[in-house]
Amino acid sequence: MSVDAQTVRRIAHLARIAVSDEEVAPLQGELNAILAFVEQLGTVDVSGVEPMTSVTPMAMKKRADVVTDGERAADVVANAPETEDNYFLVPKVVE
Amino acid sequence: MNAPVNPKKLIKGGLHDWEVVIGMEIHAQITSRSKLFSGASTAFGAEPNAHVSLVDAAMPGMLPVINEECVAQAVRTGLGLKARINLRSVFDRKNYFYPDLPQGYQISQYKDPIVGEGEVLVDLPEGESITVGIERLHLEQDAGKSLHDQAPNLSFVDLNRSGVALMEIVSRPDLRSSEEAKAYVTKLRTILRYLGTCDGDMEKGNLRADVNVSVRRPGEPLGTRCEIKNVNSIRFIGQAIETEARRQIAILEDGGAIVQETRLFDPGRGETRSMRSKEEAHDYRYFPDPDLLPLEFSQDFVDGLAAGLPELPDAKKARFVADFGLSPYDAGVLVAERASADFYEAVAKGRDGKAAANWVINELFGRLNKEGLGIDQSPVSADQLGSIIDLIGEGTISGKIAKDLFEIVWTDGGDPRAVVEARGMKQVTDTGAIEAAVDQIIAQNPDKVAQAREKPTLLGWFVGQTMKATGGKANPAAVNALLKAKLGIA
Repeated sequence: MSVDAQTVRRIAHLARIAVSDEEVAPLQGELNAILAFVEQLGTVDVSGVEPMTSVTPMAMKKRADVVTDGERAADVVANAPETEDNYFLVPKVVE
Repeated sequence: MNAPVNPKKLIKGGLHDWEVVIGMEIHAQITSRSKLFSGASTAFGAEPNAHVSLVDAAMPGMLPVINEECVAQAVRTGLGLKARINLRSVFDRKNYFYPDLPQGYQISQYKDPIVGEGEVLVDLPEGESITVGIERLHLEQDAGKSLHDQAPNLSFVDLNRSGVALMEIVSRPDLRSSEEAKAYVTKLRTILRYLGTCDGDMEKGNLRADVNVSVRRPGEPLGTRCEIKNVNSIRFIGQAIETEARRQIAILEDGGAIVQETRLFDPGRGETRSMRSKEEAHDYRYFPDPDLLPLEFSQDFVDGLAAGLPELPDAKKARFVADFGLSPYDAGVLVAERASADFYEAVAKGRDGKAAANWVINELFGRLNKEGLGIDQSPVSADQLGSIIDLIGEGTISGKIAKDLFEIVWTDGGDPRAVVEARGMKQVTDTGAIEAAVDQIIAQNPDKVAQAREKPTLLGWFVGQTMKATGGKANPAAVNALLKAKLGIA
């Protein structure tokens, strides 16, 4: 598997990363090198091996349905560039 | 999916008849105290960003921990939909950018949902019923809320809803008309409310629908579909489907082709319009969420939840028909809301089930609807209504007086039996008193008496006059019998 220049631009756009024209070719090379490296794993026979989801076998921790958090709007918006009445303000987005 | 085509459900185009094919994705907010992956409250109507934890705001380093009650609610819902429960399911990240989605992805379930295939029995008007297939139900996070009308160049973002647990319930494309689609959502909402897993409040956005619509000539393969996003009332679901089906038919009959896309329904203008800007972003790049292990539970856990489920509407309806002798239609009306069904059962207990149903449906529901009240706000209690029915049954009051009594109890309250005593509303069953009234009317109307011998339907007029003369308190059966005898009508 390898990516072309168009795919690089598309991935960058989906990730909302600005990539200039000059950067596309080097990025394409780097991505393809990574993909080639990962592809080597495809040569290993894993038939019959269960996909690993955790290093140690354990069940997912669950919590009880209790309100233990929140009521800290000032903290939540503390880093926002712009706020009003504890709302985040962002450039207008309308469909 | 290819059930026989019902010609009545086809839409007439300019050239052909068309069949509309509908599938739905319902987003139902889970009833829980705290969010799916954080301990912040789910309560509606809080100050901006008050019910937000640092997890919901996607601060760096925060990790999600699942709410076990939300898992239980999803399983209960799956059981209510007679669906397969998957003892192992997986959370994935659905990636897209929007200001009210601080993580940059929604935690959802993609390949391995918590609930698999099920079905919903949907009753339609005219006694028909259809089975709608459920493809899956999965757990996911809700997004926050953006307000666009507060400032000219800014959107205001409130994350109170961010991270609240949703169930996305996906139907098969088994619906063939807007009526069927509306009936399906209504039934699904009823089931959720019975289960207590979602309050079904569409005004608050706690139940919303994405509607997939395509059209085809009967017998042909499925047409290209369009998805109408976020329709938030049952009436609008019907309108959106009608509008969209006609739009597609017009294009196809003009020789055009349908483009698969996401559209928005604008109820004000009565049209659907394209949300093209979203199309490109439709590459969600799902992958398993590395912050969450697979969701696993035992069959015992499922069985325990199954044992605690309430009686569901289909079972209740069948029981009302069998035990109280109700028509399926009346039983359906009564079980549409659990509170209505409970009220009815309290009234019907130890009484004639049909009489109780008539009073609850015709008098009580009629009056509640008129006043815009819910059953839980009824000024007349089940005990009071039961007493009124008892008074009729005993022959203490006539059915006509009972309606007046109902009005009095509705307005002033009180024990119906005491009201009847205090206001002298008792039915006159004393034949002597009724006979006196009948004799007087016959004596005053010799011409009508003569006519009545020719035309027995005039009996009704005499009954009316007698009831009037006795203030509606005469026993109608006694009046009828006396009049028939005296007028010589067989």
